[in-house]
Amino acid sequence: MSYESYITLIPLLPLLSFVLLGLFGRKYFKNFSGIIGTVVLLAITVLSFITAYQYFFVDGKVNDVYQSIIPVKYIWLQFSPNVSIDMGVVLDPISVMMLIVVSFVSLMVHIFSLGYMKGEERFSTYYAFLSLFTFSMLGLVVSTNIFQIYIFWELVGISSYLLIGFYFDKPSAVAASKKAFIVTRFADVGFLIGILILAFHAETLDFKTLIERLTSTQSSQFISITTSSFLGVSMLTWGLTLVFIGGAGKSAMFPLHIWLPDAMEGPTPVSALIHAATMVVAGVYLVARLFPLYSFDVVALNIVAYVGAISALLAAIIACTQTDIKRVLAYSTMSQIGYMMFALGVSRYGGEQGLGYMASMFHLFTHAFFKSLLFLCAGAVIHVVHSNEMKDMGGLRKLMPITHIAFLIACLAIAGIPPFSGFFSKEEILTAAYNSNKLIYTIGVFTSMFTAFYMFRLYFSIFWAKTSPSPLERGWGDAAHGEGTLSMKFPLVVLTICTVAVGFIPFASFVTSDGAPLETPIDIVFSILPVALAVAAILFAARLYRRQNELPEKISTSLGALYRSAYKKFYIDEIYLFITKKIIFNLVGRPAAWIDKNIVDGFMNLLATVTAKISAMIKGLQSGKVQDYALYFFGGVAGLAVLFIYLWK
Amino acid sequence: MSAYAIFFYIISAFILGTGVLAVTTRKIFRSAIWLLFSLIGIAGLFFWMDVNFIAAVQIVVYVGGIVVLIIFSIFLTQKAGNEMQKPIRSRTFFAALAVLLGFILSYTLIYQYNFQPASTQQLNVSVSDIGRQMLSTSQGGYALPFEVVSVLLLAAMIGCIVIAMKTPSMIVRKDIEIIEPHGNGQERNKITEKILETEHE
Amino acid sequence: MSEIPLSHILFVSTALFFIGMYGLFTRRNLITMLMSIELILNSVNINFVAFNKYLYPNQLNGIFFTIFIITIAAAEAAVAIAIIINLYRSHHSIDVEDADELKW
Repeated sequence: MSYESYITLIPLLPLLSFVLLGLFGRKYFKNFSGIIGTVVLLAITVLSFITAYQYFFVDGKVNDVYQSIIPVKYIWLQFSPNVSIDMGVVLDPISVMMLIVVSFVSLMVHIFSLGYMKGEERFSTYYAFLSLFTFSMLGLVVSTNIFQIYIFWELVGISSYLLIGFYFDKPSAVAASKKAFIVTRFADVGFLIGILILAFHAETLDFKTLIERLTSTQSSQFISITTSSFLGVSMLTWGLTLVFIGGAGKSAMFPLHIWLPDAMEGPTPVSALIHAATMVVAGVYLVARLFPLYSFDVVALNIVAYVGAISALLAAIIACTQTDIKRVLAYSTMSQIGYMMFALGVSRYGGEQGLGYMASMFHLFTHAFFKSLLFLCAGAVIHVVHSNEMKDMGGLRKLMPITHIAFLIACLAIAGIPPFSGFFSKEEILTAAYNSNKLIYTIGVFTSMFTAFYMFRLYFSIFWAKTSPSPLERGWGDAAHGEGTLSMKFPLVVLTICTVAVGFIPFASFVTSDGAPLETPIDIVFSILPVALAVAAILFAARLYRRQNELPEKISTSLGALYRSAYKKFYIDEIYLFITKKIIFNLVGRPAAWIDKNIVDGFMNLLATVTAKISAMIKGLQSGKVQDYALYFFGGVAGLAVLFIYLWK
Repeated sequence: MSAYAIFFYIISAFILGTGVLAVTTRKIFRSAIWLLFSLIGIAGLFFWMDVNFIAAVQIVVYVGGIVVLIIFSIFLTQKAGNEMQKPIRSRTFFAALAVLLGFILSYTLIYQYNFQPASTQQLNVSVSDIGRQMLSTSQGGYALPFEVVSVLLLAAMIGCIVIAMKTPSMIVRKDIEIIEPHGNGQERNKITEKILETEHE
Repeated sequence: MSEIPLSHILFVSTALFFIGMYGLFTRRNLITMLMSIELILNSVNINFVAFNKYLYPNQLNGIFFTIFIITIAAAEAAVAIAIIINLYRSHHSIDVEDADELKW
């Protein structure tokens, strides 16, 4: 079966669902819209799996190397004979992998939302937005053209804005959605400039042609981009760094991460889909898509690596102090994406050197499952407790057994404990880092220790730390309602199974930097250190949080200022507010407003006033007085007489 | 310079001087009188040019008819002793400018033109000859214009009467209030006092 | 008559014409405007007679024209007075500045 027949259905069916539910859902479908959305997602998940099977096992390989296949491509806007914006679908290992991830996680979120969002008044609008997001993300991952990815990038941003601000009567939600959109939009300016630089030098917008031209060292485009420079840095570095800035905005890397914790104002299934598994990895995906180019420019790669490492460490430290469970998970996401970024940053292209690339993609794959599982469990807990704060929870393990087991397994996975999937992907990342950059390796190891600590702090606080009234006495649900409906439990079970099983997929034989399979044996000795540190951190967290005691307080007061600044997220938000309000608004905004009001408007008003005055003067000519008319008449006659007698030759 | 020429210059100065006074003086009655003198001066000029009949007609019709008519209408419409208002300053300036330029233009043209007399034979006619020619229908006769002018005079007379007429009002009874119909001046006067007689102009 | 060239007489008539024009432009009273019009007509009369006497002395056309002009001027003055009286009835003033209903 050829790809063309069904591949465009994969992004387009959710688009159709968005239009249908958006226009008609509220009035005609009402609660049935959830079923419609879920059925559509089920269909495209099946199609994605068929595509994956077809690609990975049947005809993707030529000479044992996975090729990139382009089944569909339309020329949309032709700027010049060489440069055009095309819309197309590309199938190569990472895009097929992302098709599976996006559609599967989205399906799980759709099913979960059937129970979680039940009774919500804008139920069909919610499903419409979810479909819009799925369409945008799927379009993003199969883009053949760098402008096409930019278009879908912005669409994903819109969907995120709509979904974060879903409860639009809460001012905090509105502020959060604005913040997310503005920060990512600001980063996208860099992205656009980067696109323009790369397209200008490569004289094309198509990914395949662009990469071909800019990676062959003899081509004229490569020579032009590496020889022209600005401020002493070559244009290739500028282009790639600016594109990375766009990716960093979307992936919440330091210092553009400020929107991600606030984005937790949206409904929890939305956080699971967008801000854990799919949208935030768009930046990583972008760097991976352009990876052959990045591998030519060590400066850009180093920037990617260090930004990733700093984000990972920073987020882990902050997460140790936060009390809102969704915020802890948000910082955890930032930290894990930092891992993916620096894994790409320490990698090179081809063969053994491409280990970091493979590890990053593997971690993306496994992270999608256990992070969305963590968020959905958090959603179930919030659904019962009606609060986000850790201090309002405790001792829930008997009330919500399925959620408890799922959460535990996900925490073990994220902490990197074998044999769960997180262990395998993290081990590959640390191996790649160890082989290239010992500093980043050290940062990675410390961060994984912190990760284990704060995740198990979260786990113990929710499910173990008993407080004196028992859960039932505190009025949380009853036996029947306790854990949520079947539609909420089913995704948890499925995702738990995936979290356990996915680690055993031989990822390196499918997704590598150059398409050729890679051998990655497990080095037991190497893994002892990270796993041991993680186990130690878990035991420490158990000591502090399994039962309620004074120890956490003592530690936090003894750390003093360090603890306080970590709790305040290192004051980064305050710095941003200061810069925008005091500096940009006062120095740029107010003068611009003054100019607009007085000079631009004033000029227009001046034109109007002058016209009115001239018209009043002309109006005065028709005075109604006979003698004035007689004068004009005589003047005209005399003028004509002079004209005809003296001047007419 | 014979007396003939001096007489011409004196008469011309008189005409122009009284003409200027007629158009600039502030008192209306005096303006009428200066006009009268100017017209008499023009009659004198006609006498000097040896067209006695025209001079006589000028005095009889213009001076004795039109100026008298003007004086009567002055008395009818306003107090003759008051000073008239001065015209607007900008208008006097522009009018003087226009007139001066017009005069210079016209006189320059006239001065440069070489007037050629058609013949030098003088024709001295008497009044009876003028009369006979006016009523003749042969070549050089003016019977048709004469008749047309007569009709015009008739039309003018009737027109004057019609324009200046007040429309007749009705005969009213003593005990009824009426609204008097408007005259040609488009104004309605509601009269509540009893009207006994109609009025005709 | 040959001592005074034609252009001198034409000077008088042109000057009188423009004096009449000045009065027409400047005077605010309708009756004085009428007087200025009479001056203009008279200057035309002088022109006719002068041309007749100097350029066509064997014909009488100019004289007849003058007679007719005088006649018509009389008729026109009478009609003008009638109009002035009519205007006075409606505006109660014969100031020409007050009759400006056709303005903007």
